[in-house]
Amino acid sequence: MEPIKKFTGKTVALPINDIDTDQIIPARYLKVTDKAGLGTALFSDWRYNADGSPKPDFVLNQPEHQGAQVLIGGNNFGCGSSREHAPWALVGAGFQAVISTYFADIFKGNALKNGLLPIVVDAETHRQLISLAEEDPSTQLTVDLQSQTITLPDGRPVMFPIDSFSKYCLLNGVDQLGFLQGLDGQIAEFESENAARVNTVG
Amino acid sequence: MAGNNPQTLFEKVWAKHIVRPQTEETPAVLYIDLHLVHEVTSPQAFTLLRERGLKVRRPDRTLATMDHSTPTTPRNADGIIPITDPMAAAQLDVMRKNCNDFGIPLYDLGTDKQGIVHVIGPEQGFTQPGMTIVCGDSHTSTHGAFGALAFGIGTSEVAHVLATQCLLQNKPKTMAVRIDGRLHPGITAKDIILAIIAKIGVGGGTGYVLEYMGEAIRNLSMEGRMTVCNMSIEGGARAGMVAPDDTTFNYIAGRPYAPKDADWDKAVAGWRNLPTDEGAVFDHEIVLNADELTPMITYGTNPGMGMSITSRVPDPDKLSDPNEKIALDKALRYMDLQPNQSLLGKPVDVVFVGSCTNSRISDLREAAGLIRGHKVADSVRMLVVPGSQQVKAQAEAEGLHEIFKAAGAEWREAGCSMCIAMNGDQLAPGQYAVSTSNRNFEGRQGKGGRTFLASPLTAVATAVNGVVTDPRAMMEREMA
Repeated sequence: MEPIKKFTGKTVALPINDIDTDQIIPARYLKVTDKAGLGTALFSDWRYNADGSPKPDFVLNQPEHQGAQVLIGGNNFGCGSSREHAPWALVGAGFQAVISTYFADIFKGNALKNGLLPIVVDAETHRQLISLAEEDPSTQLTVDLQSQTITLPDGRPVMFPIDSFSKYCLLNGVDQLGFLQGLDGQIAEFESENAARVNTVG
Repeated sequence: MAGNNPQTLFEKVWAKHIVRPQTEETPAVLYIDLHLVHEVTSPQAFTLLRERGLKVRRPDRTLATMDHSTPTTPRNADGIIPITDPMAAAQLDVMRKNCNDFGIPLYDLGTDKQGIVHVIGPEQGFTQPGMTIVCGDSHTSTHGAFGALAFGIGTSEVAHVLATQCLLQNKPKTMAVRIDGRLHPGITAKDIILAIIAKIGVGGGTGYVLEYMGEAIRNLSMEGRMTVCNMSIEGGARAGMVAPDDTTFNYIAGRPYAPKDADWDKAVAGWRNLPTDEGAVFDHEIVLNADELTPMITYGTNPGMGMSITSRVPDPDKLSDPNEKIALDKALRYMDLQPNQSLLGKPVDVVFVGSCTNSRISDLREAAGLIRGHKVADSVRMLVVPGSQQVKAQAEAEGLHEIFKAAGAEWREAGCSMCIAMNGDQLAPGQYAVSTSNRNFEGRQGKGGRTFLASPLTAVATAVNGVVTDPRAMMEREMA
C-alpha cells in the first residue's frame, strides 16, 4: 500500500444521508474474484441508464467534477453490507478521502485498510463543505494526515480524528496483517491456554 | 458472578478473547473462535495469503459454504443444481480451489449441509455461547442470539483471521435494548426488530454492541432470537447479543458439533456465568413494550424507514430536519409512494420468504401454517427459499413443501436468493415485493425493484390476497 501523507484534491458533494454499500457498488458486481476495475461500477445504479450510458444529471458524471479525489457524503456514509468492494470501487474511481458526519463501522474499517481516508467533521463544517463544493466545482481541499487537518480554500484548518494505529499504518504504507503476524508467539500462548471450542475438521 | 466489578455479557466475552490488550498506540488483539467463509468476500483474501506465502492458521476453526451467488433453481433429473451464470460458476470454482489448497472444510453446493452461512453455523452446533465468531458478511450478528460476540468483517480482515486467527479491534460501546411485556398473536420476532430499527434509525447503533433483553426476548425461540440479532447491523450495530439460558442450551443440545456428555455439563456450567451481572452499566439503554407492537412493514429505502402496517406513510413536509426530509422525499420517489398513503391494499408482484433473517424451520412452519388451504394470488409470484439443505429436508419431512406448492408458491434450493439478488432470483424494474429479508435498499432485490420488509406471516397474508395485508385479519378468520 502506498503511504498517504498530504494531498490536495478536487471535491465533489453527494449530500445524501445513509448512502449504503448497495448504492456504492450493487451486489451484481460482487461475482469477481479480484479487486481491480471496480471503479467503473461505483454508484452504478445512480450513474448509468439501463443501456449503460451515463446519466448526465448525476454529479459524478458532470465534466466539472471529473478527477475529484474527495467525496463529501451525507450522514452515516457506507451503511449496510460488509463488502470491501465499496472502498475498492471508490479508490478505483480515484477517491482518496470521504467526508461525512459519521461512517458505518464496517465501511470505516474497510476504507482505512485501503488507503481511503474516512474523515469525520461536525455538522456545521459538513454543511459548509457541501456548500463550497456545490457552489464552486473547482473547490480544492488539502488533506494532511500527519497533522490530521483538512484545509479549506480560505485557509481555515479543520481537525479530524483518526485512531493512532490506522494513522501509523497509512502514513507508513504498512498493513495490519504484518503487525498481527508479528504476534505469533502471543497468539500461540493464548491458544495453548484456551482449548478449541469447536473443531470444524473433526 | 456479581462481584465488585459487574460486567455485561459483551464485556465477559470480549475479556475472554484478548490476546493483547488495547493500548494508546494499538487496538486490542481479539482471538476468533470460529471463522465462517463464503464465496463472495473471500477470494481476494486467499489471493493475499498466496502472495505472502501464508497458510491458514486454524483450518479447524474455519468453515466454508456457498450461498450468495448459488442458484436456488430446483435440481435437474441428475440431482444437480444447474449453474447458468459463468461468473458465478467461476467464483464457486475459486472457493473450491481455495478450500482444497488451504485445507478448509467446505459445505459445497449440492451437498446435504450446504446453506446460508448464518443458518448452518447454529444448525450444526458450531455456534455456541461465549464464542467470538466472524464472517465476511454483515449479518454475522445473527450468531449473537446464542450469547456469542459475532460480527461482520471486510475482506482484509478475512485475510487477517485466516492467517492469524486474530483481529485488531477497538472496544465498542454497549447498548441495552429491553423489550418488556408479551407479544400479541400475529406479532413476531421480525416485528420486534423492525420496530427497534424504526426507533433508533439506520445509524442509531453505530459504535455499539446491542444486548437484547426483557420478557419478550426471553419468551422468543432461538430462531426468533436469531431473527432479532440478524438485523442488528440494520440499526448500525455490528453485533447484537442475547444472554444464553435454557432455551439456548436446549437448542444446542444434541447438534452434531455440540459438546457431549461430561463436556456438555462443563460447557453449560460455564455458559451460565455469561449473562450480564446485576448492576453492570451500559453506555446507552432503550426500552420498547411488546404489548404495543403491531405487524411492522417498511415503506422506504432503508430498514429504519419502517412503521406499523396500520400506519400511513410519513409526510416529508412534516419533518424538521432538512436532511431527513430530502432522504424521505428521495425514498418515496424511488418507491413511488405518496405521503399519508396506507400500504394496506397496495398490490405487490412478488413475495419472498427466505434469507438469513427468516428462512429457518420455524419460519417455514409459521408460513406454511397460515398458507395451508389457500392459494397465492394469480398476480403474485411467491418464492419460498429454505435457509439450508437441512432446513429443506426437515420441511419436506414435515410436508411443508407440499403445502407451499399446493398454494402455488415456488419451492427452491437453499441460498441467499432474492435477498441479495446475485444469483438470478431478482425483481424486475418497478416491481414491488413483500420480503422477509433484511434490506430494502434501492435495487437490493434487483435493479429498480421495490421492497417492503415484513414478517413471514405478513408475507403469506400478502401473497394470498395479492395486496399488502395485515396477517392478523387472516389469522382471525382461520381461528373463527
